[in-house]
Amino acid sequence: MSINNSNTLSRINSPKTTYQYDQFDKNFIRERVAEFREQVRRRLDGSLTEEEFRPFRLMNGLYLQLHAYMLRVAIPYGTLTSQQMRRLAEIADRWDKGYGHFTTRQNLQYNWPKLIDTPDILEALAEVDMHAIQTSGNCIRNVTADHFAGVAADEIEDPRPTAEFLRQWSSAHPEFSFLPRKFKIAITGATHDRAATLAHDIGLRLVQNASGDIGYCVIIGGGLGRSPFIGKIIREYVPRAALLAYLEAIMRVYNRYGRRDNKYKARIKILVHEKGIETIRAAVEKEFAAMDHTAFQQDTQEFERVAASFAPPPYETLPSESSKLTKARLETPAFDHFVSVNVSKHKIAGYAIVTVSLKPINGIPGDATSHQMCVLADACDRFGFGELRVSHEQNIILPHVKKDDLYTLWQTLDAADLATANAGLVSDIISCPGLDYCSLATARSIPIAQAISLRFSDMARQRRIGKLGIKISGCINACGHHHIGAIGVLGLEKKGQESYQITLGGDPGFSASIGEILGPGVSADQVPEVIEHLVDFYLAERQENEAFIDTWRRLGHARFKDVLRREGEDGADI
Amino acid sequence: MALISNGEFVTDEWRRLADEEALPEKGKIIVSQDRLDNALKAPRANGDIGVIIDNTLEIDKLTPVLAKLGLIAITFPTFADGRGFSLARLIRRAGYRGELRASGRLLADQYAHALGCGFDTVEIPDDLAQRQNETQWRSASKTHQRTYQCGYISSGSILDARRKATQ
Repeated sequence: MSINNSNTLSRINSPKTTYQYDQFDKNFIRERVAEFREQVRRRLDGSLTEEEFRPFRLMNGLYLQLHAYMLRVAIPYGTLTSQQMRRLAEIADRWDKGYGHFTTRQNLQYNWPKLIDTPDILEALAEVDMHAIQTSGNCIRNVTADHFAGVAADEIEDPRPTAEFLRQWSSAHPEFSFLPRKFKIAITGATHDRAATLAHDIGLRLVQNASGDIGYCVIIGGGLGRSPFIGKIIREYVPRAALLAYLEAIMRVYNRYGRRDNKYKARIKILVHEKGIETIRAAVEKEFAAMDHTAFQQDTQEFERVAASFAPPPYETLPSESSKLTKARLETPAFDHFVSVNVSKHKIAGYAIVTVSLKPINGIPGDATSHQMCVLADACDRFGFGELRVSHEQNIILPHVKKDDLYTLWQTLDAADLATANAGLVSDIISCPGLDYCSLATARSIPIAQAISLRFSDMARQRRIGKLGIKISGCINACGHHHIGAIGVLGLEKKGQESYQITLGGDPGFSASIGEILGPGVSADQVPEVIEHLVDFYLAERQENEAFIDTWRRLGHARFKDVLRREGEDGADI
Repeated sequence: MALISNGEFVTDEWRRLADEEALPEKGKIIVSQDRLDNALKAPRANGDIGVIIDNTLEIDKLTPVLAKLGLIAITFPTFADGRGFSLARLIRRAGYRGELRASGRLLADQYAHALGCGFDTVEIPDDLAQRQNETQWRSASKTHQRTYQCGYISSGSILDARRKATQ
């Protein structure tokens, strides 16, 4: 049951700046849709029990949630074309409730699909070279990458060709589809880590060796969840030609020795923690040496083929400053704020990277209506070579916008409630869906995010506070990445009541750290107040241009704890 | 138990020997891991002995006797336990050419994975075979026509097909 209306056809003139599926990729996706359609049928006729059906449903992105099924669509390395974004909008209208939710792993979730419709939804996705393969289940998940990939000024190499190369290698893997637990890979090619590589099962960093060749620094055993760990370097440099072989060695060691007796101890981070990184490194190196490397002989050639798809768009030669932009900023203060907060430096003169916040004040973090998706698709066709990105902060990026066009783009976005100038600020909150949707959740997350955002609704105050990451999870599985938020909020259940644990000092970057617990849990309605006190203390104590995390590191955790103790004495029940 | 080979339910030529049962003088028999050394010492036709092993067995325990074995069955305690897939790869890598069998509650949906990792046959309990009949296993053997991975057994890797298409 395909959707065929003319506005879904890609614009003829839009350049190809991302991977183009060839007939083999298309066939592969079609085969998987046909296979899943058959699995749904066999579930309904009783050939498969629910327990047996479960891993295959999960490997096609379909979860059974609190109220309904949830379908998680893969957006590999967060890159979308305008055509794909329009298709996501159409699916939301046709099979869901007219909206979708962008996640912290650069995916999109539909919260209300029916089981019987999912094969049709997958087919509609396949028509635009999209899928939901391995967005769930105990397999290698959708590979994530820096959302500024290819345009960031601090980049060694665009990480997306590697991410696509890995997407293909990990898809329907004969050996690694029934792992002890889920397995997440993230990759960055920049000198700032926007992909949280230290918080993944495998983190890859593109690096250059002494002779100028580009390879990978491989990190393993990071992860959040109930036992958070910062990843450890297993090998400083793996040449590109050996990447897949090296990863296969890691996967084989994990598949054989990862714990299967307790699902909470089954991630590779626990294996690394219990055996020690030296033991795991030795086991991986031994396997790597014993492997038959002939299967990997064509890897370099294949990588080059994939990489050729990621050609830069046809940029114009422009002056680095735009007088049009300068004038508009002077005339329109709201636009000026948007530019200073949501616009980042592009590597090409005269262009900029625009972050479109999906965090309006009092909104649901990461949610977009089908109308907003269409506005974004149209906007990137008009102003951004037809390409969009999803960030793990649950925002949308237009990666290549001419500075001259920024004002018109801003007006377009503003008309669709997409111009909130809060990227990276205190109300740009990362949040999981929490108890409103999720069957694992122990507390609500979305209403907490909304209350914090309302508390800081004064945008001038937000700008004064500056960059500050708040991350909220509704249970210890930590989908909201609370461990690596400068301020983290974890919703728990205590004696039938929601209780929120606040952590400080988390950092997702190269200097990654896990946040420390501030004190006893607080109730839902106290969370905004507690955060406000912490922020006020930071503002009073910070030195010039000092980020929250740096003030916290300089003053120490105890000083921040004291703030709450003092407040408690003043009568607040904290 | 039902045995699947080439997408068909077939008769098993092998007999699983209980540990308390005496070793017969001829016939294809499968012994437990613990009994293997003794069984191999008995004067019998080469290749008539098979072994059923845990999916956690270290390959070097088996390497010295691989050439003498006619069958290795790897147990799958549950269908979700994928250790057997890696062990199969290691056994093939060690040069084993005999029958490699997956034994347990493997689902038809995992047939392509099993074949890809080097298994020849799959042995499943009867209750499962009733729900997942021969038709389902036959069609399952064709669901993954080509794989992205190289070095696994399939109708061909996508990489090879691509190279041929562009040559």
